Amino acid sequence: MSNTRQADATSRWRALIVFAAIVVLFLLEGTTRNALFSGSWNTALAILNMGLISAVMALGVNMQWGYAGLFNAGVVGFLALGALGPVLVSTAPVQGAWAAGGPRVILALVVGFGTLVLAAQVWKRAGRGWRIPALIATLVVGFVAYRWLFDPAVMAIEANNSASAGNIGGFGLPVLLSWPVGALLAAGAAWGVGKVALGLRSDYLAIATLGIGEIIVAVMRNEEWLARGVKNMSGIPRPVPYELDLQNDPGFVAKAAAWGLDAATASGIWVKLLYAGLFGVVLLVLILLAELALKSPWGRMMRAIRDNETAASAMGKNVTGRHLQIFIIGSAVIGLAGAMMVTLDGLVSPGGFNPLRYTFLIWVMVIVGGSGNNWGAVLGAILVWFLWIKAEVWGPALMHLITAPLPEGGLRSQLLGGAPHMRFIAMGLVLLLVLRFAPRGLVPEK
Amino acid sequence: MDVLNALVALSNFVIIPAAAYGAQLALGALGVTLIYGILRFSNFAHGDTMAFGTALVILVTWGLQALGISLGPLPVALLALPIGIALCSVFVLGTDRAVYRFYRRKRSEPIILVMASVGVMFIMNGLTRLVIGVDEIRFDDGARFLVTVQQFKAWTGLTEGLALRVSQVLTLVITALACWALFRFLNRSRAGKAMRAYSDNEDLALLSGIDPERIVRLTWIIATALAVTAGTLYGLDKSFKAFNYFQILLPIFAASIVGGLGNPLGAVAGGFIVAFSEVAVTYPWKKVAGYLGIQSDGLLQLLSTEYKFAVSFVILIVVLLFRPTGLFRGKSV
Amino acid sequence: MSYLSATDMRGGYGKADILQGCTLTVDKGQIAVIVGPNGAGKSTAMKAVFGMLGLREGAVTLGGEDITKLTPQERVRKGMGFVPQTHNIFPTMTVEENLEMGAFIREDDYRDTLAQVYDLFPAVADKRAQRAGELSGGQRQQVAVGRALMTKPSLLMLDEPTAGVSPIVMDELFDRIIEVARTGISILMVEQNARQALEIADIGYVLVQGANRYTDTGKALMADPEVRRTFLGG
Repeated sequence: MSNTRQADATSRWRALIVFAAIVVLFLLEGTTRNALFSGSWNTALAILNMGLISAVMALGVNMQWGYAGLFNAGVVGFLALGALGPVLVSTAPVQGAWAAGGPRVILALVVGFGTLVLAAQVWKRAGRGWRIPALIATLVVGFVAYRWLFDPAVMAIEANNSASAGNIGGFGLPVLLSWPVGALLAAGAAWGVGKVALGLRSDYLAIATLGIGEIIVAVMRNEEWLARGVKNMSGIPRPVPYELDLQNDPGFVAKAAAWGLDAATASGIWVKLLYAGLFGVVLLVLILLAELALKSPWGRMMRAIRDNETAASAMGKNVTGRHLQIFIIGSAVIGLAGAMMVTLDGLVSPGGFNPLRYTFLIWVMVIVGGSGNNWGAVLGAILVWFLWIKAEVWGPALMHLITAPLPEGGLRSQLLGGAPHMRFIAMGLVLLLVLRFAPRGLVPEK
Repeated sequence: MDVLNALVALSNFVIIPAAAYGAQLALGALGVTLIYGILRFSNFAHGDTMAFGTALVILVTWGLQALGISLGPLPVALLALPIGIALCSVFVLGTDRAVYRFYRRKRSEPIILVMASVGVMFIMNGLTRLVIGVDEIRFDDGARFLVTVQQFKAWTGLTEGLALRVSQVLTLVITALACWALFRFLNRSRAGKAMRAYSDNEDLALLSGIDPERIVRLTWIIATALAVTAGTLYGLDKSFKAFNYFQILLPIFAASIVGGLGNPLGAVAGGFIVAFSEVAVTYPWKKVAGYLGIQSDGLLQLLSTEYKFAVSFVILIVVLLFRPTGLFRGKSV
Repeated sequence: MSYLSATDMRGGYGKADILQGCTLTVDKGQIAVIVGPNGAGKSTAMKAVFGMLGLREGAVTLGGEDITKLTPQERVRKGMGFVPQTHNIFPTMTVEENLEMGAFIREDDYRDTLAQVYDLFPAVADKRAQRAGELSGGQRQQVAVGRALMTKPSLLMLDEPTAGVSPIVMDELFDRIIEVARTGISILMVEQNARQALEIADIGYVLVQGANRYTDTGKALMADPEVRRTFLGG
């Protein structure tokens, strides 16, 4: 008993220290202007906001890895699906797009999905000898029907005002409403992948999720009717006021002047503070729910399964079923983060969905923070995110220092040019060092 | 009906490119499967090992070219390849010593090793970006074509042309040689048999006096040699872009799982299965169908090329669903 | 002094000792059999002799040389051969390759040893190019024993060689083991089939709770009513 209490205490201590370190770093970033920090509150808050979103992602990954030991290598895909939520729910409807092919696309997707369901049924029901021919026939007929419905509809939608739209458009609903939709989309994909890959060797799930991640990102890049693909989708509505409106509001300008700030800076800071508040509330609610879940009988069973899968399954626990649950919930949280992210950016830019940045960096956050501990994952996320952003500045600065004795010329300019990439090396080193020397992370699990 | 022209078109657009791509995947998958068989984890850093090794090969190639060295019709990269392999092997052995050995001795769960390989992946990715940047690089010199479309048309008098690039022929020849050498090594030599024994039954191999560290070193070196060769051939055939090597990880994993993880012969077969499916599914069949007397308004393309990774994924899922140990029976699920 | 002598062994895997003063000795060309109830530490005792288990007390000597501190691999070089109870072959390798792997530490020409093993086990000789994993249970055990013989050991240790094989195969295997012993190799084996094993044993050890309870020739143990009643089921 005393042991756990001690562990509890150290864990709390460590969490406080990491939290204090993060606060100090953000204060420095906001106030001090030198080679290392920008001294701008706008920058500091921008980093914080994305840090909070990263924390939500880390929370999702931590549920999968920390609670259940599942390796999700396709975080970027679930994130991208979440990003689809605001696009489909909250952007303004596109004139004529729905009429051009909306119902037909929906029908095509229903036919496509129905084909898969039917194929599964055929496989289950058909007699031994008929199985394979029947399956192939179902798939071929279904595929042809799907393409016959899908292709013209998509062409029509994409032809509709293709310069500025060419997509199906949204419903123009409030953006906060779209966040749970993003989570649901990610959960749906997780259900599909989990059904197939869970219950096999642990690395198979990693490989399968790596694949689904790549595919979802490819869909986001290429299906222009959905979210304009690489043309980017802008104009996602905001839950907070626009800076320009604030700057034109005499009341706000007066208040800013009272604080001794010019209107432009003040509006930026105010908007970012509102976002931070919103994200902070979401994060705290998620942590609360996660902690409650972890302390419930369900959470205890989860941990029992993680710590000894064989024993748990011998006791009659449905390990694969539990794993599927946690995989879906974790992916939904990641999807939620994706919806939050595009809301913050006001833009969906599938060109930027890079697995190193959105899958493996999140992993570094979780491992560094302390897998299995929600607070650890959150603090690790904000800290690592801060370092990741700053490393882009610090790397070249360090490289200037290192290469100073070198003569001007090829090698030096090559090294200086490559310096921004140093942060990949730094993150790899951080991951390996934590994994080896502090495998329980900065804030270990209680 | 014009079967001859249909065949030529089929060869030009499907069979030859798919064979070359399949060979590149096979070499990559061999590395993954060997590491899996001996070290018992899926190496996520394999794609970046290919990229890093190829970057080294390109640097050496540039050096050789600066010295005025040329191989005539063949690319200088062939000369640089052994040097690149040696340099990359040193680095990979370093990662084993610094990273993987610790977990191996502790007998950690495979998933921890996978995680460690992600760390190594980050480092190799950063190093590649540092030494060569993120831009697309072409580093093939020498002759581009063995047979050009014009030559082929002139010789045969057919309306459909066929091109055979040097890089494609090189890929197939080198892959054939590499596979021959590898299987000879595994089946005939003492060290190769020791590797197979270790993969089969680690404890009994130890009892038989096989030195595990030696086996592991040998495995890393062979896997690296195969990866750098695959990467260089891929780069010669298409072009070098660091990110493409991360993306090729998925078809490589698919190939090794299709063939049964840990089974080298399966990896080779898996590479070709994945490559041929990918090319066949993303190729617009309109032209070939036209020669066979089937006219179509559409392109007769099952899937646009942007989704070629979906093909690997579907193959992977089908195998996982119906035969998780792979077509050629690899290690347990 | 006996060829193998493991005296007063004490030790175990965790804190509690499984072996509590166990002594095993085998002379040249002798067959020694360890029997006893489940959990008596039979396999543990053999693993301790082979160095797969650290000893807290006691010593192991082979041919007069103290090998207590050596690793299993080093003991193989000193002349010990060990056949584990399970996972004792390389399943995807051919029979011949299995035997070659047995001879991995040998630098000299081992072709005559190979021929001797094939002479001993003609059934597997016919299947030398076949994968060992595809053989029947009895043949796999023969391959496993053959693999251990490839180092030309002076002491062959077998951990329940007849577990899971039919009575006919068991008799055949015991015949082979007698043949091996006739060539001067000492045999130490753990057996569940105590009666049959004691019949061929020159010396039998009955272990109970990690210590020697009875030690005598196989025949004498079979004749001892106390042993019969308690350990051989009447």
